[in-house]
Amino acid sequence: MLRTTTFIAVGLAGCVWTQAATAADPVYARSLAATCFTCHGTDGRSVDGVPPSLAGQNRDYLLKQMQEFRDGKRPATIMHQHAKGYTDEQLALIAGYFASVTPGRAAAAPAAR
Amino acid sequence: MTFSRREFIKWASAGAGVATLAGCATAGSGSAGRVVVIGGGYGGATAAKFIKLWAPDIDVTLVEPNEYFVSCPISNLVVGGNAQMSQITFSYDGLRSRGIRVIRDTAVAIDAEKRQVALAGGQTLPYDRAVVSPGIEFMFDQIPGLKSADAQSRILHAWKAGPQTVALRKQLESMRDGGVYALQIPMAPYRCPPGPYERVCQVADYLKKAKPKSKILVLDSNPDLVSKKGLFLAAWNGLYKGMIEYRPNSEIADVDVKGMTVKLQFDDVKADVINVVPAQRAADIAVRSGLITANNRWCGVDWTTCESTAVKGVHVLGDATLAAPAMPKSGSMANQHAKVCAAGVIALLKGQPVNTDTMMMNTCYSFVSGNSAMHVASVHRYDPAQKTLVTVKDSGGVSSAASEIEGAYAWGWARNIWAEALA
Repeated sequence: MLRTTTFIAVGLAGCVWTQAATAADPVYARSLAATCFTCHGTDGRSVDGVPPSLAGQNRDYLLKQMQEFRDGKRPATIMHQHAKGYTDEQLALIAGYFASVTPGRAAAAPAAR
Repeated sequence: MTFSRREFIKWASAGAGVATLAGCATAGSGSAGRVVVIGGGYGGATAAKFIKLWAPDIDVTLVEPNEYFVSCPISNLVVGGNAQMSQITFSYDGLRSRGIRVIRDTAVAIDAEKRQVALAGGQTLPYDRAVVSPGIEFMFDQIPGLKSADAQSRILHAWKAGPQTVALRKQLESMRDGGVYALQIPMAPYRCPPGPYERVCQVADYLKKAKPKSKILVLDSNPDLVSKKGLFLAAWNGLYKGMIEYRPNSEIADVDVKGMTVKLQFDDVKADVINVVPAQRAADIAVRSGLITANNRWCGVDWTTCESTAVKGVHVLGDATLAAPAMPKSGSMANQHAKVCAAGVIALLKGQPVNTDTMMMNTCYSFVSGNSAMHVASVHRYDPAQKTLVTVKDSGGVSSAASEIEGAYAWGWARNIWAEALA
């Protein structure tokens, strides 16, 4: 945990130079996380838990999983390909967003009457 | 931007009528603006939901001619007998319960000067920002024999999910064992790049079980499979060995409905069931509103907000857009457009800064059988120098092989993206 945190801090320091305006903006974090909603559900609340809900997960845990997917340390069908598309700073913002959401499952799209 | 007094007076003095005034009175109380969304598919329904979710003080109206949302993704499984229409058909009640006004009508014109949308039913909807997610129209004029409604009822596209999905299924059920199913694929870009090849798998899955002497003929206008080539060929040469003949560079010239013949440039091909997916362009409302900017077919947009490059105050989403490099025309992509657009519309209406570090990702699953699927994925980031989205280096890719676990993920994707749009 300590090592991960240090790593994030270094990653953030590296990015702050170019992304200061956006990194401080909660709307930016939400926009990044919204790219994940498509498969994982709005705000990370998955309708039936497949793929898993991200809402309310621990921030450091989420970040570590995404980094391990990216680095090939955790096997995946698709997540390694997605995780490689984001910077460390972006992954940290995504993890922070989902950690801040109240956990739960989303309602399914309503059937035709 | 708030709903200004000046705006109200402009409308009132223009004699916009009682209905409009009543609408303004409702919108006026604390509204941060009025957004009219045209088209309730993957792009429009999702945009309507997210504008309301992220800015409840904005009035959102969704205009959609169909009573129900019918999903194109998974509809190939209905063709193959591996899913039912009831599993891909949804109501707009979830959006209504969020406070979105859903009007069942067709938008016929956008007046960008007066900022109003005219509906076929005669109603006029004023807007501060319009979102147009019209989907595609087929270019039937390129295939003379398919111009008539009668011809179109016999040689189906089934490329908009709905009655044609059911009709194609019935044609396959009626086909004799030993018959030929021919699928003609248009030149890219078209809606859902892997869709035709998935359909071939689904039809093969059905024919293998029910009519094993039958054959499938794939007439592809393109020089090669457009998407997931290795994965589809693995299914065709494995699960469905000997059933499928693939003919590249097979552009359609015409059809003969009576003779059930596809006329290619140098060849005529007869089949028992002919399924032609015609070339496509942005739907009519985009044409009539001056939103088309490329090849008389697609709508150019600023990818940081999805605002039209041709008409200010109007945003365009989904398959109707001129795609950024390596961006597919997919439900997944329309869902991503919608959320970028929602954030952009809110920022512009409220005078807040627009996020220019736009990210989008794409995930498309294809089923090779009733339960086994594979994916293609990509991640796109806005490049200010090129002023478009570009794929992030080393990101994205395809499955190593089709699998049942990805079949489960594909259904999970579907349930979540449907809820994104409609719940």
